[in-house]
Amino acid sequence: MPTEPFDQEPVFPEPAMADQGHALDVKHRSPRQITWARRRRALTRFWKQFRENRLGTAGLFVLSLFVLVAICAPLIAPRSATTEVTATAKDQPILAPPGHHCPQSYIQNVQDPNTGEYHTIEKPCLASEEQFYPLGTDGAGRSLFALLVWGARISLLVGLVATIMAMLIGSGIGIAAGFYGGWVDVALSRLTDWFLVIPWIALAIVLASVLGQSLFNIIMVVAVTSWAVTARLVRAQALTVATRPYVERARALGASNWHIITRHVLPNLFPIIFANTILTVALSILAESTLSFLGLGDPMSVSWGTILEQAQGAGATTGGQWWWVMTPGVAITAVVLAFTMCGFAVEEITNPRLRRR
Amino acid sequence: MSLLEIRDLHVAYSTSAGPVPAVRGVDLDVERGQVVGLAGESGCGKSTIAGAILRLLPKETKVEGQILLDGEDILTMTWGRLRAVRWEESSIIFQGAMHGLDPVKRVGEQIAEAILIHDPKVTEKEALTRAGELVEQVKLPARRTQDYPHELSGGQKQRIMIAMALACDPKLVIADEPTSALDVMVQAQVLDLLEDLQRDLGLSMIFITHDLSVLVGVCDRISVMYAGKIVEEGSADAVFETPKHPYTRALSSAFPEIGDERYRLLPTGLGGDPPDPMDIPSGCSFHPRCVDVFAPCPSTEPVLYDAGEGRRAACLLLDGAERAAGEG
Repeated sequence: MPTEPFDQEPVFPEPAMADQGHALDVKHRSPRQITWARRRRALTRFWKQFRENRLGTAGLFVLSLFVLVAICAPLIAPRSATTEVTATAKDQPILAPPGHHCPQSYIQNVQDPNTGEYHTIEKPCLASEEQFYPLGTDGAGRSLFALLVWGARISLLVGLVATIMAMLIGSGIGIAAGFYGGWVDVALSRLTDWFLVIPWIALAIVLASVLGQSLFNIIMVVAVTSWAVTARLVRAQALTVATRPYVERARALGASNWHIITRHVLPNLFPIIFANTILTVALSILAESTLSFLGLGDPMSVSWGTILEQAQGAGATTGGQWWWVMTPGVAITAVVLAFTMCGFAVEEITNPRLRRR
Repeated sequence: MSLLEIRDLHVAYSTSAGPVPAVRGVDLDVERGQVVGLAGESGCGKSTIAGAILRLLPKETKVEGQILLDGEDILTMTWGRLRAVRWEESSIIFQGAMHGLDPVKRVGEQIAEAILIHDPKVTEKEALTRAGELVEQVKLPARRTQDYPHELSGGQKQRIMIAMALACDPKLVIADEPTSALDVMVQAQVLDLLEDLQRDLGLSMIFITHDLSVLVGVCDRISVMYAGKIVEEGSADAVFETPKHPYTRALSSAFPEIGDERYRLLPTGLGGDPPDPMDIPSGCSFHPRCVDVFAPCPSTEPVLYDAGEGRRAACLLLDGAERAAGEG
């Protein structure tokens, strides 16, 4: 055991060279301040490299737009707009294309009582009644714009939460398999293989129908079906880290397995896990949309997938109501693409071998 | 009682082709404050002994015998006790310091890690202060604790590894080829540092290397290993100057004194390859390469025979020529 008393502040000698910037930090700041200064520097460097990547910056821009919309949803469109029928004609909900729409205007065939002939008459629209639907309405007479805005919340929430769960499962299993090896590795790798080869959509449908339709269940289903790729990736990397000499050194120091995993293996795997997380969010959003499209989503909440499902059910794809299908479709594509572009950018920064020179 | 007593140590690595014996019955004593050198060519089992002392070998490896560190048998220790003994009682300076440091952590944190693992009462700040002191002890500026391993040169990294080995005031330091990855100049500096530290702190050390000439300067005693066995032991100067075993003689003559006429006439180097551990020659394992081989060598396995002045060597030539002739 160290015999020196630990009662003074860390005192470091005068740096020999004054041009060593961080050496000067040591003298005046507490360890906590030094740590934060270092983290700030690392973050600044990361941000600079990210900004140099054009695809990544574009992806991040699109992404922040959607996140902003999702957060500010109540300011953009009232919650009631997603449930209330606003576009009606003769008290029946109508499908209105994008643009201005008059709720009371309709064309009617009227029989002339004198001649017995039929006329079409149009009820005039009062300026005060006129409504504007930027993206049109769906078959239930709801504003698609409001649905899109509120659907962004669900889609992003499911995508993020499911990804975090998938990452926890995948990293945990991958590290355990790679670090412990032996029969633990065999058992966990076979489990991973099983989840990799099973047709995920069939598994997801079965799980979703067994668990029932709720937001939490759909998150669970997406998480359970998307951790395997991460687990395999992390295991491969953990295998190489576990055999590095600094892990052996840590073991010789008397460190426990838990200490080695959390202090040495995890920090060395972090870049690969982080880059993989962003790419998995894209896949999770896609998975959520797919499940909702198949009618396995939460019927009480609006997501882009459920809009598509209703459009499909009402025959919008063949009936010419393009705006009903395009609105959620373009949104899904844009967000997935944005996440993928960000993911590739981060992967390129964290893995210098991918960097183009 | 010696600080470290190794009794009849057998280590066999387990491979898909079956067990591979790496150490075959080794006895070794380290007294307090003594530096014991362990020499031999690659694959003779030197580093395996280092690993066995802290039980760092792969799980499947079969280790038999006794390793008494301060009277406690390391091989029968519980897992918790073993973790406490590691570094606090005995630490290792690993070979290849380049890779012994975690690339994503500052070296100061890594030295502090050793202190924090063994004393939960110490705060991080205190441990970092102590790390700074240790770094100064290995003659680097304390601000180097703020550097990442890639910011240091090979010699500086090895100094950090030495500082780390001293972090918990261990009773025994095992230096496993501490200079193998360094160029000659830096090697000399690191050796000087180790000698100074050993003298100032009164460390007990096991010094492992293939370079016999390095050991002479640093060690009190030398044990020479061949094919998993100790073939000669004695005081450092005596073993180097007047080797009794033909293998030691070959090792020692591999480092001629430049300009000395006598070395021109001596056989230089050693023919052949180290034996395959799966297929060790019968009798004296050295006989296929030995220049002094005679009739009983392929059939009789030598033990360590007394060779005067506290020296022993495992060569049948020392067992009395007439007895060997009678058996042959």
